[in-house]
Amino acid sequence: MSNDSQAYWQANIRLVLGCLAVWFLVSYGCGILLAPLLNSIHILGGYPLGFWFAQQGSIYSFVILVFFYAWRMNKLDKKFGVQED
Amino acid sequence: MDLQTMTYLVVGATFALYIWIAIKARAGSTGEFYVAGKGVHPVLNGMATGADWMSAASFISMAGMIAFGGYDASVFLMGWTGGYCLLAMLLAPYLRKYGKFTVPAFIGDRYYSSTARVVAVICLITASLTYVIGQMKGIGVAFSRFLEMPYEYGLLVGMIIVFIYAVMGGMKGITYTQIAQYCVLIFAYTVPAVFISLQLTGNPVPQLGLGAQLNDGSNMFLLDKLNQVLVELGFNNYTSQHGSTLNIFLYTMTLMIGTAGLPHVITRFFTVPKVKDARSSVGWSLVFIALLYTTAPAVGAMARFNLLETIRPTSTAQAAQQTPTGQWLKVEERPVWFKNWEKTGLLKFEDKNGDGRIQYVGPDYKGAENEMVTVDRDIMVLANPEIAHLPNWVIALVAAGGIAAALSTAAGLLLAISSSISHDLLKGIVAKNMSDKGELMAGRIAMAGAIVVAGYFGLNPPGFAAQVVALAFGLAASSIFPALMMGIFVKRINKAGAIAGMLAGLSVTLVYIFWFKGWFFMPGTEMAKNVAENWLLGISPEAFGTIGALVNFAVAYAVSSITPPPPEHIQHLVEDIRVPGMVMR
Repeated sequence: MSNDSQAYWQANIRLVLGCLAVWFLVSYGCGILLAPLLNSIHILGGYPLGFWFAQQGSIYSFVILVFFYAWRMNKLDKKFGVQED
Repeated sequence: MDLQTMTYLVVGATFALYIWIAIKARAGSTGEFYVAGKGVHPVLNGMATGADWMSAASFISMAGMIAFGGYDASVFLMGWTGGYCLLAMLLAPYLRKYGKFTVPAFIGDRYYSSTARVVAVICLITASLTYVIGQMKGIGVAFSRFLEMPYEYGLLVGMIIVFIYAVMGGMKGITYTQIAQYCVLIFAYTVPAVFISLQLTGNPVPQLGLGAQLNDGSNMFLLDKLNQVLVELGFNNYTSQHGSTLNIFLYTMTLMIGTAGLPHVITRFFTVPKVKDARSSVGWSLVFIALLYTTAPAVGAMARFNLLETIRPTSTAQAAQQTPTGQWLKVEERPVWFKNWEKTGLLKFEDKNGDGRIQYVGPDYKGAENEMVTVDRDIMVLANPEIAHLPNWVIALVAAGGIAAALSTAAGLLLAISSSISHDLLKGIVAKNMSDKGELMAGRIAMAGAIVVAGYFGLNPPGFAAQVVALAFGLAASSIFPALMMGIFVKRINKAGAIAGMLAGLSVTLVYIFWFKGWFFMPGTEMAKNVAENWLLGISPEAFGTIGALVNFAVAYAVSSITPPPPEHIQHLVEDIRVPGMVMR
């Protein structure tokens, strides 16, 4: 593997790890492990925060994450000149 | 117009639409049959994936599971959406770059082994077939309830419709039909939700209505009121956790990696033109799925609330509990929907204390026995519009939506099965020099065969139909996902490691499920009763796929490190799929 494609792959791995950290935080963190704690806070009216993360917030975050990843990867492809066509 | 005529009209109109699309989108080549010629726009593919993914279980059962599980049912919401993050970042773009037609084809090439390919085919067929049986059952139930047609006829009509568009159009026909089906099902799901949210809270957006104040003058928040009523009636509090944290954690993880490893979902991302499109298309899929998945918690909570309000006394304060014969629903004042659902056996009461009223209370309630003996969770979505007194056309729409959800998922699964038979087994291993035309014909015959088998099991459902869904996710999580992920991210994993890993992960998961549910689900053969006290560390069989996946990773890594590395051309193959464009060497 050339140096360039190695650097591209490493940048990709860093991005994936960052995104997966957020993925873990919003679902397993706020939605499960910290949920009992967060439930004492209420948002958007009557939602206990931990419950909101588990049934609403995590899903919204997943959507944003996937588009963020796609956007950053496309930029990365261009930077390293590995995009298709 | 009466409900039944209306339902026939709406369901008939959607069927006409599906068949029209099928005629317009016939498949002419294997490329079109397997992957729709790789020409599907990423947004449209996202819509099709949404319909492919959201089955009768998502449409009909999920809101009911939330209604009765409360917070603990969040595992389904997070698990069945979070898997798409893994799909987007770890699998879909790379598998699209590889550019083959099926998932087992990738596994066979990456691990340079027909054995690996056959193992993958077996996992795929088991997972998909169990899933299809559930869909077929869903179609039959929807027909028999809404069109008052015998279950068998309903199933037959469903089979014929799928047969027409799946056999004729392959992936191309299925894709465009699924887009139409997505529109039908999401409209059918959100319209009643909007109406009910408006009725209860005055907020037309169900996602906000769930957190809003009731408009009954009490100014209480819906969730607070629901918690209060449930606790007073001796049920569990709705918004807090009751199961073990470890089990909730692992269950969510199993559903996530199982989702990312289900072949019929992965294959959908082979249909877009470029790697770039595969990335964004996963995002669009998730948008379309999230529309339903964020509405479901509102539907669940509001349906539970409406059901309780119909039956319980107007005041459940301590004073009323002391005179429990107070104001519970009178037997002869049961609403029409109540009587309608009694006929199906999904809703049943017994006036145990003979007071002419129905007491609906939880296990912790003192002073009265629960008289609602059966409240099937599946009726929550189907009966919801009737409970809320919505017009007939809305009820007809829900019927069409449920059928669309079941049909679209069944078609996607059937395609995954038929392509693994015709492409992986026949063309890949048995008859390597089959012509394109011959393979297309083989694909169509395999599809027709799969429909007949699924229909047979739909007519004679094995007693374990509900349990095998856990098996499907466990299988995908413990065998397919790790094999794919390591194939892309760890160059060092070789043939021996991958096969050993898949078999180890698979058998650990299977044994654990069979231990508590009976060997091959045969009643009476279970080794221990399926209760939390017997589970290893409190992990339920449904949640065990994650452990299976960890075993798979560990075994694959260990075996690979003591056997020779994969040959050079395989290492180059991995380097190739890691970049979207051409690789310079």
